[in-house]
Amino acid sequence: MAESGSTLHVELVAADRLVWSGEAKMVIARTTEGDVGILPHHAPVLSIIIEGVVDVQTAEGETWVAAVDAGFLSVANNRVSILSEHAEMSHEIDLEKARQELERAKQAGENDDAAAEAVRRAEARIRAVERAS
Amino acid sequence: MALSVREYRARIKSTESMKKITRAMELIAASRIIKAQQRAQAAAPYARELTRAVSAVATYSNVDHALTQEPENPTRAAILIVTSDRGLAGAYSSNVIKEAERLVEKLKGEGKEVDLYISGRKGEAYYKFRQRPVVQAWTGFSDQPTYDVAADIGSTLIAAFLGDDEEAPHEGAPQGVDEVHVVYTRFRSMLSQEPTAVRLLPLEVVEGEERPTDEDLLPLYEFEPSPAEVLDSLLPRYVQSRIFFALLQAAASELAARQKAMKSATDNADELIKKYKRIANQARQAGITQEISEIVGGVNALADAQAGSE
Repeated sequence: MAESGSTLHVELVAADRLVWSGEAKMVIARTTEGDVGILPHHAPVLSIIIEGVVDVQTAEGETWVAAVDAGFLSVANNRVSILSEHAEMSHEIDLEKARQELERAKQAGENDDAAAEAVRRAEARIRAVERAS
Repeated sequence: MALSVREYRARIKSTESMKKITRAMELIAASRIIKAQQRAQAAAPYARELTRAVSAVATYSNVDHALTQEPENPTRAAILIVTSDRGLAGAYSSNVIKEAERLVEKLKGEGKEVDLYISGRKGEAYYKFRQRPVVQAWTGFSDQPTYDVAADIGSTLIAAFLGDDEEAPHEGAPQGVDEVHVVYTRFRSMLSQEPTAVRLLPLEVVEGEERPTDEDLLPLYEFEPSPAEVLDSLLPRYVQSRIFFALLQAAASELAARQKAMKSATDNADELIKKYKRIANQARQAGITQEISEIVGGVNALADAQAGSE
């Protein structure tokens, strides 16, 4: 894994499947401390990410966007793994459905922790789609 | 030879239709095993990365966590038994339950009380019938478990493990448990599945399970926001992923057991049909023989009667 090349090997892993893997120039994710951008030769780091959007700029210059739940980001030896219980690529998300879910989650009330989490999750999915298009 | 040919024919027919059903179930189980194995494979990267991360934290920081601490005097244990929702899978569920019962006996021998948590309708029914208390049961997913279920089970067990450790364990209904075990069926191959019991909590982080190669050595990680907080959110996920792994293995084992059971049922039906056919043919021939002898006897009697009257 310790290639001297200047790309990152990215794996976006959900609990039940490998969502995406490939070479990338940059990865942007939202941690508890704020957004971080990972470039090649980043120092090894392990951080907690929160519900949000992950941007991946591939080696070919394309941009992939994914919506993720809370999870982890680990960087080592130019390998980036993003672990999240649920993760979806933007093209897999049904925008209409995501909007409906947001509505439903908002109606369920926001004082509740679980409901607030559902709202954040739905928002993240919608953001992912909008960012990608 | 008490039955008539017609009755044997009816038996052959019903056995044949049963054979069709068991054959169909065998094929369904066979095709689902492939899917279950794929699901188990798809879940592997997550488990692998998580294990890596956990061992990284465990190696480079000396943070103690509630989930890894061994209680000094364990008095209460929880067991999660992973069984199936449906039967017709041979001895699958009863094997798991037997293994679990052995563990219960062992823990009781060590002076611990045992709380039971169950996944799968068969296990639930087993304990309900024997009127033994079950703390919580989850049903309806045994052949295709989702991660959400595993997360739910995981957080329930973690809550039980962390539950009021400090308070006196003699009062208060939801007593905290001191250790958590999981009994599930490990999928070794299509032909052999083995009921296994493992201790889930307190966690023992297995370091270097796969011997690290030089370039695979764990790097010196930085932790954001802090090692303690990373561990805090990492460990529950690790537990959940272990439970998910157990559920997936159990699902594959259940399907394999069902396929095997249905295959032998189909074979037995074949044999029964063969046997019935032989008996039916014998009965048919006996009938023919009887008819011939009756005719011959009748003719003879007639001939005798005529000879007598002349």
